[in-house]
Order: sequence, then C-alpha cells, then structure tokens
Amino acid sequence: MLSRTAENLYWLARYVERAEYLARTIDATLRVTALPAAYIGKTNEWDSALMTAGVGQSFYDHYQEANEASVVEYLSFASDNPSSIKNCIEAARLNARSVRTALTSEMWDTINAAWIELQAVWSKGTASREDLAKFLRFVQETSLRFDGSAYRTMLRNDAYWFSRLGVHLERADNTARILDVKYHVLLPEEEHVGGPLDYYQWTSILRSVSALTAYHWVYRETLKPWLIADLLILNDTLPRSLASCYGNLVRNLDQIGVAYGRQGAAQRHARGIRNRLEHSNMDDIFQHGVHEFIQEFIADNSRLGEIVTKQYLI
Amino acid sequence: MAVAFDEMNGQGGTEIRQAYQELSRWLTETPPDALEYRRQEAELLFRRIGITFAVYGDAEAQERLIPFDVIPRILSAREWALLEKGLKQRVLALNLFLRDIYHGRDILRANIIPEDLIFQNPVFRPEMNGQDVPHDIYVHIAGIDIIRTDPENFIVLEDNARTPSGVSYMLENREIMMRLFPDLFARHRVAPVERYPDELLAALRSVAPRGAAAEPTVALMTPGIYNSAYYEHSFLADKLGIELVEGRDLIVKNDEVFMRTTEGLKRVDVIYRRVDDDFLDPLTFRPDSALGVPGLMSAYAAGNITLANAVGTGIADDKAIYSYMPDIVKFYLSEEPILKNVQTWRCRDPQDLAYVLDHLDDLVVKEVHGSGGYGMLIGPAATKATIEAFRDKLKREPEGFIAQPTLALSTCPTCTAKGLAPRHVDLRPFVLTGSERVTIVPGGLTRVALKEGSLVVNSSQGGGTKDTWILAD
Repeated sequence: MLSRTAENLYWLARYVERAEYLARTIDATLRVTALPAAYIGKTNEWDSALMTAGVGQSFYDHYQEANEASVVEYLSFASDNPSSIKNCIEAARLNARSVRTALTSEMWDTINAAWIELQAVWSKGTASREDLAKFLRFVQETSLRFDGSAYRTMLRNDAYWFSRLGVHLERADNTARILDVKYHVLLPEEEHVGGPLDYYQWTSILRSVSALTAYHWVYRETLKPWLIADLLILNDTLPRSLASCYGNLVRNLDQIGVAYGRQGAAQRHARGIRNRLEHSNMDDIFQHGVHEFIQEFIADNSRLGEIVTKQYLI
Repeated sequence: MAVAFDEMNGQGGTEIRQAYQELSRWLTETPPDALEYRRQEAELLFRRIGITFAVYGDAEAQERLIPFDVIPRILSAREWALLEKGLKQRVLALNLFLRDIYHGRDILRANIIPEDLIFQNPVFRPEMNGQDVPHDIYVHIAGIDIIRTDPENFIVLEDNARTPSGVSYMLENREIMMRLFPDLFARHRVAPVERYPDELLAALRSVAPRGAAAEPTVALMTPGIYNSAYYEHSFLADKLGIELVEGRDLIVKNDEVFMRTTEGLKRVDVIYRRVDDDFLDPLTFRPDSALGVPGLMSAYAAGNITLANAVGTGIADDKAIYSYMPDIVKFYLSEEPILKNVQTWRCRDPQDLAYVLDHLDDLVVKEVHGSGGYGMLIGPAATKATIEAFRDKLKREPEGFIAQPTLALSTCPTCTAKGLAPRHVDLRPFVLTGSERVTIVPGGLTRVALKEGSLVVNSSQGGGTKDTWILAD
C-alpha cells in the first residue's frame, strides 16, 4: 500500500485514541475535584491533567490559572491546542478523508458523523456540567465505535495492522504519561500511604485508563499502590497496560513483517521493549525507580514511532 | 425568449411525452409531502456518505452538498441511440484533431482553423509537438455537455476534454434513487450505469504503454483533499480498486514512474490524472507547483507512462476551437456532424465582434478559457452596468471571448418550494476511449438550474443534479 495511506491510517487511529484518553482524563479529574478538599489535598488536579495530556507548558501561554473552566476548555475545544479533543477529531477526519479508499464505510461513517456532531452540537463548547458529561461520553463512544468497526469490518491486511500500530503506540504513551505524572502517589515509601488522599488519587488513575473494575477482578484486593503499578505496567490481561500494548505492537509488526517478507528495525526495537517488560517485576522496577523506568519507556516508545515512520511511512 | 421545451410536458405543455408517461402517473399518485420527505432523506444520505464538493474562495462553505432533485430526467432508447452515435463521432474527431495538431497539422494547412488560434493559445502545449502518445489516444475520458431546445436535436454546449468531473454523481444519484424509490424503478426499465467503473478501468488498462506488464498498474492522481472534486477522486479510486495518489506519492527514476509504498517503490504504468497540465511536473510547467511530480514529463516523453487524459488536450475543448467543431468532424471523418453546435460568434473576428456589441442584451458572452460558469455574461438577465462592463472588456480583448444566443434550454419537472415546477437542465454523458473501442455508459449527469428562470446549471453557482434514466425499449 502507499506509504502515505499507511501513515494516514496510523495517525487516524492515534488521534481517535488520544481523543478518548483526553476525555477519560477530564472525566477522572472532574470526579476527584468534586470531592471535599480534605480528600484531595493541595495538589492542583487540573494541573496534573494538563501534564498527563503533555500540554503542561503550552497551556500557560494562553491561560493564567489551571482550573476546571480553563483546562476543560483547553483540552476539549481550544483551537490553539494541537491535541485538544476538537483538533484530534478534526485531524482524524482529515486523515480519514485522505484514505477513504482504505477505510470501511463503517469506519468512515463513525469519523464523519463525529465530525458533523462536533460542528453541529459542540461548536460553542459546553454550557454546563451535564453538557460536558454528554460531550465526554460522545467522545468515548466515538472511539469505541471506531475501534469496534475497525475490528469488525476491516480486512486483516497491512491497512489493519498499521491502524492497530497507531492505537497501541498511542495507548502505551497515554498510560505511561499518567504513571509519569502520578508515580509519586504509587511509591510504597511515601509517608502518607494508604491515607484517604491517596485512595482517591488511585481510583482516579485507574478510572482514566478504565481499569477500576478490572483491578478488583484481577487482584481481589483493596487498592494497593504497587498492585496498581503492576496492573498498568506489567499485567498483559489489561488492554491499556504497557505489557499488553507491547504484546500487540510486536504481533502487528510481525504480521507486517511476514506479509512483506522481511523484518526490520521496528520489529527488533518493539521486541526489545516487550522482552524488558516481560522480564521485569515490580520489585525491580521500584528499586530502580519507577520514575526512571517510566521516563525510559516513554522515550523508547516514541523511538518506536520514529522507527516505524522511517521504515514504512515515508 | 420563447417558452422552453419541457422534457415531460413537451412544447407548450400539451402532451405527456412517451418516456415520461409512467413517471407522470406516479407523480399524480404520490403526495407532495412524500416527495419532500424523500428529498430530505436523500440529502441526509449524501451528507453521511460525504459526497461534497468545495467551492473555492468560500471558507464558510468549504464542504457543500450539491442539491439533489429526486425527479429523474428520462430519455427514450431512441433518443439515446442518436445521442450515443453523435457522441462517439465527436470524441473520435477530437482525438484525431489532437493527434494532428501535435503532429502533421493537416487541418492548419487546409486552412480550416487559423494558425494563431492554436499557437497563440495558452492551452496549446509545445512540449507535445511531435510526441507520440500510447495508442494515439489523447482524450480517454470526455464529458460532453449536451443541451436541447426541441425534441429533435441534441446540441453540444461544451466539450470537456481535460479532466471532466461529475461521474461520481451519475453513479451515486442512481444508487440513492434506487434506495429511495424502488417501486418507481420497478415500473420502468432503466438501463444500469453501474458498470462505468469497470469500463473505465478496462479503458485505462488498454492504453498502457506497449512495454508495460501484462497486468498494468493504474493509479488515480489527485491534487489532494482540498480539491473541489476530491470526493469523486477517492470514490473512483475505490470503485476501480486502484491507488489514489498525490504528487508526493510518486517518484520518477530513470524515466520510469514509481509509487512509494510500505514495501518500497512500485512501478506505475497508467496515471488517470485529475490534476491540470500546469501542475503535473514542476520541471516542465509551473515551477511553484507542489502537486506535481518532478520528471513526470520526461518519463512521458520516453513513452514509459500513459497519462489519461494526455497533456495538451485543452486545445480541443477551448471555446474558440469549439466553434470549429463541425468543420473538424467533417475534415477528419468526412461525415456530417450528428450533434449540432450552438451558433457561436467569435469576437476575434471584427464582423462578429460588431454584431456581438450590438446585441449584448440578447447574447451569452463567455470567456474563451473560462469554465464553471464564471466570467460569463447572460445578456437578458444582466443589469445595464454589467453589460457596459462587458462591452469594455470585449473591446479591450476581443480574442478572449465568444458569444452565443441565449438558448431556451429544455426544462424538466423539479421539486421546488412551491411544488413541482419546470427548471432548465443540461446533460453530461461520459465517453470512454480505450485502445479497442469507444464506450458510453447509458446515462450521464443531468444538471439542473434550481433558481426559477436561471440558465446556469453549474454546481458552483447554485445548480443541482438529477438522476438520468435511459429507458430500454
């Protein structure tokens, strides 16, 4: 297939995934900040929402203070934030239009309908909490529908695999970013471990990767920070864990390699990261430093994006 | 201006014409609000599918729908047979003319067309002089705009020999009509149009360079998503099962053309290009073009790639050349033209100019190189000031214009806010020329001027479309 087609499919999937993640982040932050101050402590949750979205710097070029109104605006609707939800959906549709021939009609319909709704219903932002909740649900449902139609309707060929690469690379990045911002509340040596403060932080982390219920099913335990870290990093049964993302990335890259009859740097790099995740346990990671581990992972993951681009997309 | 001939009700509304009998009966049985409901449904479908077009310079309406009218335009088998014969003749002549202009130039030596009309013409491509194109075909895809003023004649309004668009509407309009009005179809025997993509692909493959692989690779080249016809480009690529490429996806190496794919470079043999000549190759044409492929013309000259349509076909659909088409048909085919031309005054000719200046109130004046209905004067509908402005333009640059009588284009019943009413229509059938044969899928794009009394059918100026039915006997 055309390199540009593969590139568009890859970015289309990334943008949809990113939009969903942003919606989940806002949703989780709204829940935490609705609690009485005693439960959330002094940290500015809206500020950390910006950090997990990777726009902690650029936000302050446009706003003075990170609060619900300004952050929701910036993450959801701001035109000058290149990864606002609105811009993600617009970029997704732009990519979709460029590769309409490579999309199934169900996938196109999902993106096109979302783009139409964005303009028809949400062009002025949201007026109330209720409105906002509707908007966030709309974004998550768009992503679910897109993912579902890709899964159910696409031929299992390179078009599908490149699109999945986009999903899993983006997802791994998102999960890693939450961990990066919140790692301190997961550290076992933190002095106020187990206080009510942390409990709500933990649920918030799990919620933003839709893993709150999953946690209980996997561990049958009350929330423990190291188990949360274990779930998000190493547990490959959780679709948003780093291990699961890399299991999928390795599989998709192998499928491409087999179809094209050759492997390359992308396959080797992805396998390297997957092996490291497979051979790690949380004790080692805590000893080495969670922060360092996550930072390294984020760098490695974005390196994979560059290698894939160089190998296939240009 | 006389009352127009109506395709359903005839001249003066005295009879229901044969081809429309069943439709007319159906219309009397169908309540008006049911039609309106279907119209809304059609619009929703179009928007969901994303069949839009862009209007340049109109940021608000970056993606607009072309209004679709649910009342079909119907031609009988007999009418179509005549039209088909005339179209084939015309396109055959266009191809012979182009081959001649870029080679021996017999027609110039025979003094049928003045030389300066060719050589001073900006759409003449000196790069094509003496260059052979695969199978001697220049116009692989032609869109010939046809109008009627009476039941007897089909008249060519314009030949589109460059990158004619609209065929996606022919196909999608039919698709939507069949979805919305299955019962109406059951009551007619409408010739299908759905084999157009197959015919197009076969024609494109048949004209691959002689050295190409047995299964030549065809790609459709688009200027990109901001082009007004982008939807059509992606639609056709999809239906043909070929790659939709932009200039940046192509690369020329050793005078061969390749696409950049995820598996490396892949050779391309035929490019169905929907990019204008000017933007094809920055090394040959406009150096500022980012849409083109450096070296493409060199590969073309080496005979390693077929471009459809060929470079330089603009000289055949130029409005000044148009006026010579009857002579062109006679010259190459020694036949009488089956399709008439609209009477045309060439303003470059002082006598014609004098006549035109005297009759601006009655005439339609067009720019020789204009298209899309822009830069046009419709005398009877224009204000004094517009007419005077045109008079100045004509005097300053007479060779840039032609004039034609204001024709009473035929009308067809159309849904309007006040119920069914006659609106003026034209017809663009699509003529495909492959190495073996010329084919025309029975149908075409009927464009309709939705404003009462308007004669401008262009989508960029408020025109709409209709499904076009050719009845089997």
